[in-house]
Amino acid sequence: MYEALLQVTGKYNLITAFAVIGITMWFSYWISGRFTRGRVHGSAIAILLGLTMAYLGGLFTGGEKGVVDIPLLSGIGLLGGSMLRDFAIVATGFGVNIDELKRAGLSGVIALVMGILSSFFAGVAIALAFGYTDAVSLTTIGAGAVTYIVGPVTGAAIGASSEVIALSIAAGLVKSILVMVTTPFVAPMIGLNNPRTAVIFGGLMGTSSGVAAGLAATDPKLVPYGCLTAAFYTALGCLLGPSLLFILIRGVMG
Amino acid sequence: MIIYGVTLLSVCTLAGITLGQILGKLIGVPANVGGVGIAMILLILAGSYLNKRGLIDVKTEQGVEFWSAIYIPVVVAMAAKQNVMGALTGGPMAILAGVTAVACGFALVPMLDRLGKDECKTSAATATNS
Repeated sequence: MYEALLQVTGKYNLITAFAVIGITMWFSYWISGRFTRGRVHGSAIAILLGLTMAYLGGLFTGGEKGVVDIPLLSGIGLLGGSMLRDFAIVATGFGVNIDELKRAGLSGVIALVMGILSSFFAGVAIALAFGYTDAVSLTTIGAGAVTYIVGPVTGAAIGASSEVIALSIAAGLVKSILVMVTTPFVAPMIGLNNPRTAVIFGGLMGTSSGVAAGLAATDPKLVPYGCLTAAFYTALGCLLGPSLLFILIRGVMG
Repeated sequence: MIIYGVTLLSVCTLAGITLGQILGKLIGVPANVGGVGIAMILLILAGSYLNKRGLIDVKTEQGVEFWSAIYIPVVVAMAAKQNVMGALTGGPMAILAGVTAVACGFALVPMLDRLGKDECKTSAATATNS
């Protein structure tokens, strides 16, 4: 019985993913309407459920890919993978208002730079507080707080230990997941309800998965604006991390 | 036809990601430089150009809109494949570093919003004055 099920879900993995995610969405919107009267957005609940399932997947399989490590659910890796994610994000751009984008352009660029610097120095400060004093480790952990891609790229470039690189990835993962979960709740407090602030938000947070999910749970109309700036964040971080930021930290720490 | 919309979306996505990849190579960064952003801008420009010429009908639009609507389920699937376990077992330093970075980001949103708005107002004021 299980064997047969496994065969089918293995062969039709993307279809299985559509079914599982669809049921998760339906359940989430039901909870949203029934228990929160729509105050907590259905997609926010769905994303939380997804993360919980990912945690349980990691707990039971010991793998690194959430529920994808469960053979029955391997298709979720394809549906939630970078190919379809990017395809769907680009599609959201179809509804973008060009004038809104132009008006927020400069703020977006400033947000990008500020976002990388603030995340980096936040990471460096915490690493300092935990007793790290060498420039390589400080830079790597700071870069991890930028995104979980900038961390290992920077660490590998400047020769950090694998332990520190692992820490930097963990810091980036915490950031990304936290943005997914908290954005819909923080949004009203910081005025995140129009294209302009969405562009700024995307530039400041930068983690593409975090921004994508956080905005989806807040207001799907804002998704393209945030993702557009966030698309440049990781690359800019990879550019600055091993060069300017490392030289700066090395200069300060000696 | 619906496939025209999907094709338009595919071509823009591929072109954008490719440009991002080339840009990364040129700058010397092991990452895609804004590929998704470039693709989005291409789609916006191509969309408005074709729209003006009346070359996009409802069916073509539906080909793009379907994928735009499937976006939230894709994000939920993406959430379900995150390494949540790895994030939570990364230790207090990793968690604190992530939390601080996010807190800084949130705090800066209203600040930057105000910054740009003042500029807009002053430029609008000078525009009306002159």
